[in-house]
Amino acid sequence: MSAIHEFEGIQALADALRQGRVSAAELAGEALRAARAYGDPQLFLHIDEDLTLAQARAADAAIAAGRAGPLTGIPIAHKDLFVTRGWRSTAASRMLDGYLSPFDATVVARLREAGAVSLGKLSCDEFAMGSGNENSAFGPVRNPWDPERIPGGSSGGSAAAVAARLVLGATGTDTGGSVRQPAALCGVSGIKPTYGTVSRYGIVAYASSLDQAGPIARSARDLVPLLDAISGFDPLDSTSLETCDGRANAPGRVLEDYERAQARFEAAGARPLEGLRIGVPREFLNEGLSAEVGAAVEAALSVFEALGARRVDISLPRTALSIPAYYVIAPAEASSNLSRYDGVRYGHRAAGYEDVADMTSRSRTEGFGDEVRRRILVGTYVLSHGYYDAYYLQAQRVRRMIADDFRKAFAEDCDLIMGPVTPAVARRIGDNRQDPIADWLGDIYTLGVSLAGLPGMSIPCGFSGDARPLPIGLQIIGNHFDEGRLLALADRYQQATDWHQRTPGQQ
Amino acid sequence: MALTEQDIARLARLAGLRLDPSEQERARRELERILGLIAQLQAVDTTGIEPMAHPLEGRQDVSLRLRDDRAAPALTLEQRAAHMANAPAQHEGLFLVPTVIE
Repeated sequence: MSAIHEFEGIQALADALRQGRVSAAELAGEALRAARAYGDPQLFLHIDEDLTLAQARAADAAIAAGRAGPLTGIPIAHKDLFVTRGWRSTAASRMLDGYLSPFDATVVARLREAGAVSLGKLSCDEFAMGSGNENSAFGPVRNPWDPERIPGGSSGGSAAAVAARLVLGATGTDTGGSVRQPAALCGVSGIKPTYGTVSRYGIVAYASSLDQAGPIARSARDLVPLLDAISGFDPLDSTSLETCDGRANAPGRVLEDYERAQARFEAAGARPLEGLRIGVPREFLNEGLSAEVGAAVEAALSVFEALGARRVDISLPRTALSIPAYYVIAPAEASSNLSRYDGVRYGHRAAGYEDVADMTSRSRTEGFGDEVRRRILVGTYVLSHGYYDAYYLQAQRVRRMIADDFRKAFAEDCDLIMGPVTPAVARRIGDNRQDPIADWLGDIYTLGVSLAGLPGMSIPCGFSGDARPLPIGLQIIGNHFDEGRLLALADRYQQATDWHQRTPGQQ
Repeated sequence: MALTEQDIARLARLAGLRLDPSEQERARRELERILGLIAQLQAVDTTGIEPMAHPLEGRQDVSLRLRDDRAAPALTLEQRAAHMANAPAQHEGLFLVPTVIE
């Protein structure tokens, strides 16, 4: 019997499956046992052994028939923001407790068709609103590196499950940093691709002009087949892109770019990144950055320099404004998106009420948690008569200025941008409960990328000096559609370092 | 920015939420703090800058697609049942709500 943590990555496991050294069904059975026995019962929100084993048997049949792809039989799990047939879909909210979707999200369907085997649904912040996974209506998730700490959020369960070696990959969504930040705090790799390249269909909506799905895995190399499989035009998502700079938005695009970049690095020899300009925004190395995160990021930049890249000082002058801009735009879109929860067609309905309006407001108040209600109120305020121009449209104007700063940096100064993902390592569970805005300020390095729709990733680049060392992430930001090259660059770094191979409890 | 109890009550009504008096007071304090944070935007000179609704505007055409004006296949009875199964109250394929018109 083989457990998934014995395999270095997706490729090694795929080889073992194809060579018959292990079957997908054995592996899934073992992975389900490990998930059930795992010390944090709040990590998975729903497991259904029969559904998982049916997918595993289908994978074994595909392997036997010679139809195996790079993900066939690979154990993964989904953030509970993706709707799934069979498995309950709750968005970690009481509002959707017990909800059974009649269909699969496009991302879920594509991974199923690629042969990946889902172990079930992973916790997250309620409706993806949060940075610590503490806003789940079903209880917080613990960081595998230190159970007293948050795993980050909102895709906290996804990052924790990969870090704990329960799955080889997990889906996440990133609206303002929700893939990158938990990946950083859990010591795993994650990528948010360019807005519009992955379908939002079947993702419970939070802020539609920002929401984008992305995978989390141990290494950049493992992210490649996952991102490539889920990328592609989808007529069911009205903002899905048909083309990316004239190329078809389809599976194969990311993989092709990744392989092309790798071939170029290979040909360059001892200094594979020769000529590459890495922009480091001075606003990311500000007084708010903790010394240990700053030192780990500096050390990572030195590794890239040793590989041949050149470091360039750049400025993203509106970095601080990304916080107010995001916390106007995202709540505004959330208040609109979440108006659908009326207690009529699906979702929670209060037990007692006087009339329809009373039924709706009681149901919503009971069904939504504190942070969701808070953001709905903020969004309602900035969209209300008299404030729409002053707040909402003004935030959208600032959004354009922030996007222009990135555009200018890529046009004039650098090929990609690097910096920290978070100002500090994972905080303790419960720490910011008295101040709801404290967590928002910690999103400063990730929000701009989301507002500009750019691809960004996080890879592990060091650990804190705590008694239980906590992971630190490096953020790599590319121009639109540059995710294939980002993954290749991250892989070069991971060939030169072993941070991504560290496992909780074995450090 | 100072918010009154009436402001919060109106906002809660617009948002379809019910806040009891202690929650109203907490919401008022939190919202004042949040409005203080987002007030920074007012100081930015955005003269001549167009609001940006789609993050890829300027990069490529992002006009919203319309689907062909063709009827899609109707749901089967089983599909309808799967959709209705999530309704809090239903009867023979209809959603039940409190009386709206006497």
